[in-house]
Formats: sequence, C-alpha cells, structure tokens
Amino acid sequence: MEAAGESLRDTELRLGLPGTDAPEKPASTVTRGGKRALPEDDEEGYAKSNKSSSEEEEEQGEGDLCGHEPPAAKAQVVGWPPIRSYRKNSLHARKVEGEAAGLYVKVSMDGAPYLRKIDLKGYKGYKELREALDDMFKCFSLGEFPRKEGCSGSEYAITYEDKDGDLMLVGDVPWEMFISSCRRLRIMKGSEARGLGSRH
Amino acid sequence: MVRGFGWAAAFPDEVWEHVFSFLAADADRNAVALVCRAWHRIERRSRRRVFVGNCYAVAPAAAVRRFPEVRAAAIKGKPHFADFNLVPTDWGGGAEAWVEAMAEGWPHLEELRLKRMVVSDDCLELIARSFKNFGVLSLVSCDGFSTAGLAAIAANCRNLRELDLHENEVEDNCLNWISHFPESFTSLVSLNIACLEGDVNTSVLECLISRCPNLKTLRLNHAMPLEKLVSLLQRAPQLVDVGTSKFSADHHPELFSKLESTFAGFKHLKSLSGIWEAGPTYLPAIYSVCESLTSLNLCYATIQSPELLKFVSRCKNLQRLWVMDLIEDNGLIAVAASCKLLQELRVFPSDPYGVAPPISLTEHGLVAISAGCLMLHSVLYFCRQMTNAALLTIANNRPNLTCFRLCIIEPHTPDYISQEPLDAGFSAIVESCKDLRRLSLSGLLTDRVFKSIGASANRLEMLSVAFAGDSDAGLHYILSGCKNLRKLEIRDCPFGDKALLDNASKLETMRSLWMSSCSVTLGACRQLALKMPRLNVEVIDERRGRPLESWPDDFPVEKLYIYRTVAGPRSDTPPCVWTV
Repeated sequence: MEAAGESLRDTELRLGLPGTDAPEKPASTVTRGGKRALPEDDEEGYAKSNKSSSEEEEEQGEGDLCGHEPPAAKAQVVGWPPIRSYRKNSLHARKVEGEAAGLYVKVSMDGAPYLRKIDLKGYKGYKELREALDDMFKCFSLGEFPRKEGCSGSEYAITYEDKDGDLMLVGDVPWEMFISSCRRLRIMKGSEARGLGSRH
Repeated sequence: MVRGFGWAAAFPDEVWEHVFSFLAADADRNAVALVCRAWHRIERRSRRRVFVGNCYAVAPAAAVRRFPEVRAAAIKGKPHFADFNLVPTDWGGGAEAWVEAMAEGWPHLEELRLKRMVVSDDCLELIARSFKNFGVLSLVSCDGFSTAGLAAIAANCRNLRELDLHENEVEDNCLNWISHFPESFTSLVSLNIACLEGDVNTSVLECLISRCPNLKTLRLNHAMPLEKLVSLLQRAPQLVDVGTSKFSADHHPELFSKLESTFAGFKHLKSLSGIWEAGPTYLPAIYSVCESLTSLNLCYATIQSPELLKFVSRCKNLQRLWVMDLIEDNGLIAVAASCKLLQELRVFPSDPYGVAPPISLTEHGLVAISAGCLMLHSVLYFCRQMTNAALLTIANNRPNLTCFRLCIIEPHTPDYISQEPLDAGFSAIVESCKDLRRLSLSGLLTDRVFKSIGASANRLEMLSVAFAGDSDAGLHYILSGCKNLRKLEIRDCPFGDKALLDNASKLETMRSLWMSSCSVTLGACRQLALKMPRLNVEVIDERRGRPLESWPDDFPVEKLYIYRTVAGPRSDTPPCVWTV
C-alpha cells in the first residue's frame, strides 16, 4: 500500500481503458448521483474529513443505481464535490437534528392554550393513538371525542401535516406510512374538518 | 517637456498625495510607485489600503514598514482548496505574525479583513487592545477562535462599526459575549453572526440593536427561534440587509401576522439571507419585501420547488441569487422570466453525495437563465449532467460572463447525449466570453480544452481544474498561455514534471499554484526550487514521517503548493509540509 509507483497510477482517476477517451459508463439520460467506488489507496489520511459520508467500505462497482434504497456507503473522493466544509457540516448538522428528533411530533388542539408532544413510535396503531390523544386533551374537549374519522356529529377530527406540508385526515394510510410522513398533529373542530373527505 | 524627473519636484508632496488618492486600484498605485523615487516615497506614505493575497508572500514587518499609514488591511491565508479539506489543518496561515506586526506598526488601523486564516483568541484580544480607532473586523472562513475572543472585541472596540463573521468555525465557550458591548456602545452598523452555533441572548441583543441607530446589516444565526427573531427585527425597521434564523415554527396566526407586519415595515430592505429550514407556512408572510430585494441568499434554505418558485419570481429586482438546486429547472425558468436584472447566480447541491432521489435540475435551467437574464455575468452551478450544445448556447447567449464555475458532480461525466468530452462546450465559453476572469471546469475533458483556454482566455485570473486532461500537454497549454493567470489549482489530473519545469518562470508571474494527486515528482520540485529562488515550493505529505532529504527524486508528490514570495521559506511549516 505504501509503494510509490502504483499509488500514483491508482490516484489517476480514469473510467475507460488506458488510451481511450470515452468512459465505459452505461449511457443514461440523467447521470445518477450514485458514486462508483474510486480507487483510493489512502483512506486513513482522508477518512476523518468526510463527516457526512457513511463510513463503510464498499465493493467496487457495486453501486446500486436503480434500487429504492439509498446506495450502500461509497468510498468517497476527498473534497469532491467541491463544497465548503462549512456548508457540509451545516447541512449535515441540520439533517442529524431532524433525524434525532425521531418521531416526536407536536399535537395542537384548536382552542387549547398549549400544545403537547407525543412519540408516534410509542403507539402500535391508530386506535392507541386516538385513545392517547383523547386522554391528553379530554380536559379541553367540549363534546364526545370521535372514535373514527369523519363521524358525523363529532366535535373534533384528528388531522396531520405531512412532509409536503399538506393537511391530511388521520387514518387513511397504513400506520407505518403515516408515522413516517407525519410531521405534526392537529385536532380540528369538526366543522373545519368536513372538507377533508369524511366518508360518512 | 522637462527631461528627467525634475517635474516631480515642481509640486509639493501633498499635491501628489492628493492626486494619488484618486487611484483606487492597487495595481495603479504600484505602477505609480515605480516611476521615480519621489513618487515611490510619496505613494508609500499615503497608501491607506493594503491587500495581501497570500500571507506568506511578504513578511509582515516588511509590509508594515513600507506602508506606515495604512488604515485598512485585507489578508488571505490558506489555499482555496482548504475549503474542501484538501489542505492539512495544521498547514499554516496563522494570523499572529501579521497581527503582531500590525499592532506594532499600524496603531491607527481601522479595518482588518482576514480570509482562510487561523485566528486565535489571543489574536482577537491583541486586535481589541491595539487599535484605538478600530472599526471593521471581518473574518471569513477562519478558525481557531472562540466566542471568548469575540467578547474581547466587543468589550474593547469602542468605535466598532462592522463585525462580520462569515462561515467560520467558532468555538462557543462564552455564551454571553454579546453582553460585553458596553452600554455606551452605539456605533454598530453591521453585525453578521450567522456562523455561530450557540444561542445568543436575545434580550441583550435587543438592547444592543435598540441603541445602535445606524444599524444597517443584521445577520443572525440558526439557533434563534422565530418569535424572538420577529421581536428583534421590529426594533430595526431601518435595516437594509437581514439574515434570519430558523424560519419554521408551528403555525400561529399571531406569529404569522407579526412576521408579516415586521417585514412590511422594512422600507429599505435590499438583501435577505438565512431562512434555514423554511416551511411553506411562514414564507408567504414576507412576500412584501420581494419587490425591493436585490440580493437573496437561500443557499441554506431547504425550501421545496413550488414555494421557492412563488417566492423568487416575485423578486423582480434581484441582482444576486444564491439558491439550492431544489429550485429545479422549472424554478430557474421562472427566474429567467421574472428576474431580468440578475447578475449573479449560484446553485448549490442539496444532496451532493447522491443518496436521495435526483433533483430535476439539469443544464436546461442554466440555459434558460443565460437566455433570459441579459446582465448575468457570474455563475456557480452544481448539476449532474451537461451537454456541449448547452454550453455553446450559454456561451453565445452570455458573452459578458466574467465568472463561470460549473461543477458536474460526478467526475469524468461526458456530454450525456453524445458521450463526447465537454471540450467543445468549455472552449466555446472561453472563446466567446472575452472578459472571463474566473473559470472552474468539470466533466470529461481532454487536453484539447486546455489548448483553447491557453489560447483564448486572456483575461483569466483564476482557473480550477479537477479530473481532467490526458497528459502534460494540458498543463503546458495553460502555463504557456493565459497571460493574466494568477491562481491555478489542479487536482487529480495527469499533469507532471515536464510542463512544470518548462514553464517555471510563469510561476513567478502568478500568485500561487496548487497541484494535488497529479504526476509530479520530488525531483522536479527540487529542480524548480533551485531554478526559481523567489518561489516557495511546498511539498505536502501527511503519510510519511521521514524527512524530505531522504526521499528519492522519483518520489511522487501528493500535494504541491507553489507561490511567489519575497519573504523566503516560511518558518512555521508543520511536520507534513516541506519547503524544497
């Protein structure tokens, strides 16, 4: 690994056979961001600087370009793309902040003077969630707390803001999908909620 | 016409001083200083501003001695590639030597601007104590100091007008540093603390803002909650430049209308930045300022395309736009239609390592901008695909480009339609844009593009090259052409000894050359250093511990930094740096 000559050739990054100009890349309309592993023989000197990369080694050329999962951790080129380390750290910090927040979401109720926070991971499904909310906010509700969505005659409906910022009625999608897209909960007055597609 | 330079004595020195005061450019003042001894003497005594592009190019004491009446100094330290972690953290660029010399020789210094330097708290304290009339401190991309150092500045600089902290790594060990501004302190005009991580005491800040009537620029940091931001901004409706903090919060109608009325109160707002993590909830509250904005920096704002589009297309007077690629092609097409006065565009990657689904930002966005924005002269663009045809169109649309930095994220990416290298496209850029001063290349490139650059880029001052070229010829074209080249930075290119040695004298006409992961050997460096005594040839290698002398000539140099200097080899090289 310490041999001078081959390390020089190794650091010369070329995709094609020596002597050719065009790379051997599969032609694609949009170049995916998925990085192929580039030969780098001195990871230990540089690995410390790449804070936002996943740290595992990766088989060469195995980058998953088509799958739904994010590609396996790539051996990244140091200092490329040329983004200020300040920016990299900032964006990374914000991302980590977001992830560490986990599934704690705020719950507001129209008319209530303060909000609550709940951990969606702590509930197995919608039924448990509703029960918990009922419990939390019962001192504020003026009438029967709805047990299913869109109950006619109910005072309140439980809605949520998803990651696109849209206001959705709780209960339409599978629980797992719900907890991954729910950003916050809002208990609305039934009169406002009617537009959200009550089934009754 | 009087022969000789007797005419210089025809007027008293003060007259010439007054004449020289109209020369703004350093190059002009330098030229004046070469005319005769009298002018040299007069000019050096009257020079008020000094710019040192490389802190090691001249000894601090020498600079201070030559220009004894300097009031404003700007100094740069580390090579540009330090921004991308290519330069070891202990490489150098320490500010002590300069600050000590300035404290000694320039007691009347009023302005100090440092970029990419290591600034310690001791330095800040020395600055705070040494310059009675100190007014402007600007630290850009620096590190080595903490908020304790800032406290010293706050406490001692009675006439401070500007404190500009831009993208520094600052250790937060003094939470209440802002409270060190005395009650009697009212001179603040500009405060930029956007890079500070920690909380800032809002009530103290509020008091500060209230008693500084001349405050024009206020850029806050991420940590401040939106409600506090709003009450702060309400105290300063005269602001021209605002950097907000976090722009997301739960939807509260009262907060929304407060934000709305606060921003509606800004009658003079021209520049807006910050807006970290903006959701769709609060952005509409500030639509009222869009029309008056000339500068908009959303490069940390993770706002999605629809909201971005709505916001930016209202900014009809925008001259500068920095934004994330979340704006997508559609957003840029809208910008091209609405922002006819746009001069500078920067598009940053939201996901540079490509783990999320790709954003729909392609060459089309940039082409649209180049067609719609006739005053566009400066571009920084991160994208994932490009074609020669697009670059040709851009070149034809915008021959007035002065700065063109294109970063195609994947190295060696060819024209995605023709699979050709992007030589033709970049050649078109340099041939069409005769005033191009700065160029960054990317994508698949052969030696051909360097031939065009060498031949056509006559005004080019800074060139950045990565993963490009086939052979030494590429580097040779650049160094033998590009008459005005000042800074050249190269990484991962097959450029080697011959081009470097054949063009040794060119290097003395440039500020600096950086080469990393190229094909340069130690032997060539030794030859170069022998041949060119006024260059410092620094070989940087973090891996080996043995001293330089023991390595053979054919040893490959991992990183090389060459710069001209009149100060000789520096004395503060760390273990990983050898001056050959």
